[in-house]
Amino acid sequence: MDHLRNFCIIAHIDHGKSTLADRLLQNTGTVTGRDMQAQLLDDMDLERERGITIKSHAIQMAYKHEGKDYTLNLIDTPGHVDFSYEVSRSIAACEGALLIVDASQGIEAQTISNLYLALEHDLEIIPVLNKIDLPGARPEEVSEEIIDLIGCDMEDIIHASGKTGFGVDNILDAIIKRVPAPKGKPDEPLQAMIFDSQFNSFRGIEVIFRVFNGSIKKGDKIKFVATGKTYEADEIGTLGLQQHPQKEIKTGDVGYLISGIKVAKEVKVGDTITAIDRPTTEMIKGFEEVKPMVFAGIYPVDTQDYEELRASMEKLQLNDASLVWEPETSAALGFGFRCGFLGMLHMEIIQERLEREFDMTVITTVPSVQFKAFMTDGSVQDINAPSEMPDPSRIKHVEEPFIKAQIISKADYVGPIISLCMDKRGTIQNQVYLTADRVELTFDIPLSEIVFDFFDKLKTISRGYASLDYELTGLKQSNMVKLDIMLNGEAVDALSAIVHRDKAYEWGKRLCEKLKELIPRQMFEIPIQASIGNKIISRETVKAMRKNVLAKCYGGDISRKRKLLDKQKKGKKRMRQVGNVEIPQDAFMAVLKLD
Amino acid sequence: MSGIYIHIPYCKQACYYCDFHFSTSLQNKQQMVEALKKELKLRTTYLSDPVIHTLYFGGGTPSLLDSHELADLIEMVRETYQLAPDAELTLEANPDDLTTEKLTQIKALGVNRLSIGVQSFDDEILQYFNRSHDSSAAITSIREAQGLGIENISIDLIFGVPNQTRAMLQKDLEMALSLDTPHISIYGLTIEEDTVFGKWHQQNKLTPMDDDLAGQHLMLIMETLSAAGYEQYEISNFSKPGWRSHHNSSYWSGTHYLGIGPAAHSYDGDSRQYNVSHNTKYIKALKNGELACEIETLSQKDKITEFVLTQIRKSEGINLEQLHRQLDYDLQRTKAAELSQLLAEQLVYIEDNSLTLTQKGKLLGDWVTEQLIP
Repeated sequence: MDHLRNFCIIAHIDHGKSTLADRLLQNTGTVTGRDMQAQLLDDMDLERERGITIKSHAIQMAYKHEGKDYTLNLIDTPGHVDFSYEVSRSIAACEGALLIVDASQGIEAQTISNLYLALEHDLEIIPVLNKIDLPGARPEEVSEEIIDLIGCDMEDIIHASGKTGFGVDNILDAIIKRVPAPKGKPDEPLQAMIFDSQFNSFRGIEVIFRVFNGSIKKGDKIKFVATGKTYEADEIGTLGLQQHPQKEIKTGDVGYLISGIKVAKEVKVGDTITAIDRPTTEMIKGFEEVKPMVFAGIYPVDTQDYEELRASMEKLQLNDASLVWEPETSAALGFGFRCGFLGMLHMEIIQERLEREFDMTVITTVPSVQFKAFMTDGSVQDINAPSEMPDPSRIKHVEEPFIKAQIISKADYVGPIISLCMDKRGTIQNQVYLTADRVELTFDIPLSEIVFDFFDKLKTISRGYASLDYELTGLKQSNMVKLDIMLNGEAVDALSAIVHRDKAYEWGKRLCEKLKELIPRQMFEIPIQASIGNKIISRETVKAMRKNVLAKCYGGDISRKRKLLDKQKKGKKRMRQVGNVEIPQDAFMAVLKLD
Repeated sequence: MSGIYIHIPYCKQACYYCDFHFSTSLQNKQQMVEALKKELKLRTTYLSDPVIHTLYFGGGTPSLLDSHELADLIEMVRETYQLAPDAELTLEANPDDLTTEKLTQIKALGVNRLSIGVQSFDDEILQYFNRSHDSSAAITSIREAQGLGIENISIDLIFGVPNQTRAMLQKDLEMALSLDTPHISIYGLTIEEDTVFGKWHQQNKLTPMDDDLAGQHLMLIMETLSAAGYEQYEISNFSKPGWRSHHNSSYWSGTHYLGIGPAAHSYDGDSRQYNVSHNTKYIKALKNGELACEIETLSQKDKITEFVLTQIRKSEGINLEQLHRQLDYDLQRTKAAELSQLLAEQLVYIEDNSLTLTQKGKLLGDWVTEQLIP
């Protein structure tokens, strides 16, 4: 155990975590230059393109230091606010953390919250100033920020460059010297924590775990404490670039387990693995059931693709247990699924993965959060979709989830950020100057207000400088109403939304205007109305088609026109019919792009 | 029955709405004429019927050809094909090219029909279009041609110009009627992507005319011209009885035609062929005795679509019996639901086995077509 070091990396997106991680793998000989593919740890295409790690992994490295052999387990962490629980479990599996900060950009909100998580778990923090070779680097200033934050000394901060490899050996030495070896009792009953899993289409779910006490041997009968399920450890091993099967994974070490698990849901991050013949009495602290925060309907663009979409979603769920869904039917969109996501990024990722990995183009409906309706009869109902909103006469009041949002920005943008948050029904809780130039703002804000376009707006008004982190704080009473959209007198369920009463009018007006732009003229006039209950709050009209004829049609125009007509016809097949109104698919997405 | 189209890809200056193929550099004109002649010679077997009933010089601006160049080309057609004695021989012309001298020469060459690009009689609109002439040049050229005994004249007009008022359109129509040409083509302005107008549209510097208004204007055109004794034999084309354009009619009735010149299109009943839209590439290929072109073979579905989309534009409408027999498309059965809606909306009517657009239907011609194609 003395020769073991478990560490993770805390960094903001773009601060060079993956590149630096690749350097560590290279310098320890875990990969050769030939195997090297930029940002090795991110093995999904999507991750590599976005430059962020979506799913965490672990990798073991061997390193010789002062004549002794060490084993280093690098536990990779996802870098986005949607995945904070997974991050917390990865952190709990480590004794140390590299805090990587871009020398030109300074500390960001996400970094701070993850850093706090690491400090809560008593991790030894090794600050690294990365991208030191860039011309915009401000090592003194950013070092001051780091010192203010974790109270280290200037000389504790390692200067490095993932690009050139500068400082990488210093980092490895620091990991060995400063990160404590894991503690734990080899002779106690097995107690290992699951901090990740991945799906292998041949072998089922591979569970990634860290042993805290005891050890796990190949062939052991084991049990997952939270789910109560039992398995046999068919194969265990350590993770290098490939899997290396082992007979035993000992106290303090990190490994993988294959036991023929087919369903990702059975593997819960944070769950404790123990042995059946000599079980532990205690679960490892900190386990939580991951709950979706954002809900939206996902529908196939072509109604015929429903079964194919279902199959694709099932496959996605195999390696993303945090995705939950159930079938849903919409009068406008047909058969689809109500999905729960960890957050907006998660939703986007699912949508993109459906497109890339399964070639499924989907329509996503207005995202919603989970409201609670307190009914006059004393019961409480969860509302994940506008269609689930009960009749207002039966509701005593509605509560909605609030979050604590932490925003770090350049001081110049404080004004616009505050007005943005106020506009989103937020109240400012705290304002701290990290340095003369950088401010940390804390807001109490409804989650429903940030699920749309908040992050994009924040980035825009701060010219990309502001970073956001949030955590759920609880439910508060709010005056929420269901806003319906009617086309030609018929309600279009897929366009309904739950909004705050004070914002309903503005919302309805903007949505009607947008729909007017998007709905093509038809043979008759189409009224577009927004209503709350029976009360119409906004109205627009798509006028009847009066002229639709191309002027000339000579030699070459004929094939051009034929192709145009064929294209229009094809587009029309993808439209949805509500009553006698044809609605193009982008109208359903209009709500997402109201600005 | 066959027709030949010869594309003259040159213009003095670019009109801001036009996305036809042309060049404003006349440097290679002589080589182009040689290439056109060569293509005429090279493709003698394209048309199954070698008797040419219509010969049409389009562009670009064919009136930019010198008389001897035009003579050469007509001569080549006579040499390599059988030009019918009563063939319609049309030249598209811009008013500013039509001097008395020029008119005399082209008449002598056998040109018996002029299609004059007037576009508008409003000088502000002409300037806005970047036309190379004003309205008085247009009026003069038409009167000169008539004075020289060229009776068969068509004028081109454009409506639906941004900010064009009903009064402005009325004035254009009155002027056109006062000139008493037997044929008038009127096109709604379409904003094409690769034009100056297209760019302005993208930059929000140009707002296309609202469809409602454009519809009203088209209605005014149809009423005015009909009252003046013109028949709307095709959606954009009006003529006095007996003065239809034979060449253009062939496009809407499935007649085979041979298109000569860069960007020209040919049709042989089973495929459409497009020459390369590039003057130098075109000339170079023909110098080597080759033709730079693409061929698109029409599927059964394509043929049906084309049949419907072209025939519906004609005053005779779609010959349902012919469509059924020739292409095995029983429109009344296949599109029964759509048809009953169109009939109920009074957009079409069926008479003597022909499906024809009503006045209201003409305004929505494309939409109606979309309902009827496979």
